[in-house]
Amino acid sequence: MSQPENATAETVDAIGTVHALISSGRHPVSGRPGRAREDARAVEMGLTLAGAGLHLVHAGNAEEPALRDYLGMYHGLDDSAARGELSLLPMAAEDDAVPPLAHWLETQGARMVLTGQRAECGEGSGMLPYLLAERLGWSLTTGVAAIEAVAATHVTVLQALPQGQRRRLDVRLPCLIAVDACAPAPRQSAFGPARRGKIEIVEDVTPERDAARAEWQWQPARPRPKRLKVVKATNARERFRAAAAKSSAANGQVLSDLTPEQAADKLIAYLRAEKILVDDDEPASD
Amino acid sequence: MSIRRIDPHAERIRRNRLHPRHHELVRPAWRWTSAEGVTRIDPHALGAIGPNGIKRIDRSGGAVDAGPAVAREAARQDEAVPSRRPVTIDEPAGYVMVVPECLEGRLSDHDRDLFGLAHQLAEDRQVAVVAVTFQPALEGLEEAGADRWLDLSALVADGYAPEARLAALLAVETAFSPRHWLFADTFPGGGDLGRRLAAKLALSGEREDERVAAGVWQVADGQCLSRAADRQDIQRRLPRILLALAECAEPLSETRHEARPLTLEARFQSSFQSSMAEPGEAGIVDRGRVAVDPQRIPLAQAPFILSAGRGIGDWEGYHHAARVLGASEGASRVAVDDGHMPRARQVGATGTFVSAGCYVAVGISGAVQHLQGITKCQRVVAINSDPGCDMVKRADLAIIADGDAVLAAVCERLGQPRAAEPSEAVPEAGSGALSKEERQHVAA
Repeated sequence: MSQPENATAETVDAIGTVHALISSGRHPVSGRPGRAREDARAVEMGLTLAGAGLHLVHAGNAEEPALRDYLGMYHGLDDSAARGELSLLPMAAEDDAVPPLAHWLETQGARMVLTGQRAECGEGSGMLPYLLAERLGWSLTTGVAAIEAVAATHVTVLQALPQGQRRRLDVRLPCLIAVDACAPAPRQSAFGPARRGKIEIVEDVTPERDAARAEWQWQPARPRPKRLKVVKATNARERFRAAAAKSSAANGQVLSDLTPEQAADKLIAYLRAEKILVDDDEPASD
Repeated sequence: MSIRRIDPHAERIRRNRLHPRHHELVRPAWRWTSAEGVTRIDPHALGAIGPNGIKRIDRSGGAVDAGPAVAREAARQDEAVPSRRPVTIDEPAGYVMVVPECLEGRLSDHDRDLFGLAHQLAEDRQVAVVAVTFQPALEGLEEAGADRWLDLSALVADGYAPEARLAALLAVETAFSPRHWLFADTFPGGGDLGRRLAAKLALSGEREDERVAAGVWQVADGQCLSRAADRQDIQRRLPRILLALAECAEPLSETRHEARPLTLEARFQSSFQSSMAEPGEAGIVDRGRVAVDPQRIPLAQAPFILSAGRGIGDWEGYHHAARVLGASEGASRVAVDDGHMPRARQVGATGTFVSAGCYVAVGISGAVQHLQGITKCQRVVAINSDPGCDMVKRADLAIIADGDAVLAAVCERLGQPRAAEPSEAVPEAGSGALSKEERQHVAA
């Protein structure tokens, strides 16, 4: 799962500049603005892959304080004088970010874009990577935990699956990669690089209002109701039984008076029946 | 004049409807149906005198159960298999498509919730709920609530192929033009596929106004409530594509649906084939699963955990068994406090809440805090020398034996006994003659 060592030179040859889409985040407990967790991981992945060749893109408010936090991640690179560069596409929160971003990426000739899966402000539907990829005609992978290798035509990535499993995928370039929360943790943001970083405001952006959004009603999130254990009993006897029943069902199988070898056989047979042990290393005695 | 004798023990059992011998001692039913089919009532048998001389009437049905043995048997069978009302839709007016995730090839609770939500959307109309799956065999669709079943495994190859699956779903979209699409909002499963479909349909330009709703958790009165970022909820008109969270609706419990197989017409299949042939090379190629070191999976996510407690004396053997079985290591609080395992491996309310598919507890008696930590585990196996401990009661399979010996035997049966490894045999050689207790003393 480690990143390739001398990736930078190869990456520049293969894909040119790597872009990372960033957004402002909210701390999950305090609600304070800062880096978004998945976006910061995407920036970290890009810095490991391309070093100072990573270019940041943000569509939104120009006064956003979190942008400097991302620029502060440009340290510990091969080129110690490197400073972060960020292109800002100014627009309001109610505007649709997809068309300007798609247009800008096309004009820049980007071939590889990293981003988080879901935003931490606004709707947070996670649709932006999909709409961008669809509009640009690129391939898209979500839930990426690591980038293993970059070739001239494709990128090899590891995708995170439930229960800590991983799947290896070849993604054709140009591609959009949405980074999962289980990717390597982002480096800290440092004050000096954050001050030195350059924010360039893109001039000719004509954002459109997001029409569908105007009809929605926003409200503070209500706690979701806990699902109750509904007892469908027609008479008092069954209701009492359901109320008095112990929660831990005592219907397990208990095996006693076994030798360790018999016990081991029973355990192995159980694990095989539940498909936890795979049968391919079946011992020769069977 | 004879004295009326009362057996207080029998009276007590008669009053206690939950007593195991209640059915033997209960009086004959006060109401029954005679052989002619007439309902007969014995007014004297109705009710019973309680301990303080007051007549009590039991209307719960417990006394009626105590009638003829045949009726009791029938009632017990009814209780075992609660009957569901069969529902058939012959001429559906429309379709609601549900794409279940089918992790590990079976329907999950989240999938059942999706079907419940689909029936909420299709309420009071002749609208069929269709399960769209990518695998040929799937159990439990009838109870989950699928009126129709569309299996696309013939079109799409096995493995992770989101683009081929998307093309198949687009063929389904043109063939049936469903009223709603329902996906589970999880990455990288249903949430990924649903968003791909939504992006495709949104940019194809046919329905400009439609927008997917992600994170839907409540649907009522043509409106849906979805969880947005930054602790906000969005209320909006019901869209056509919904990505729903778990527990978005109650799963069905009263009806049984037919899950009639549905097929895609040949012309749509051929259009699917042509759309697949066009781009030439696929954008995403599945290179298969990667072997993950089970010790590096976060304990809360690990699928298979071998957990150790005070009953383990041979810790090297335990670590070896975990390697052989390919299990993540867990521990009880005692094992961690004694310094045998790191704190990060502790399972329970004071450590990590685990959600393993299979949890093997070796030498753990099952403190309340530990059992709280494993409530989400699907299968629990206990290996313990004490048959009366709480972990044995919780376990699906309990083996009453010494944990060290069983683990050593398991390694041997799997062809990798510990002595065969030379690197470990060297430090073991010195302590080989010591018994288990002596080794514990040495370790302390």
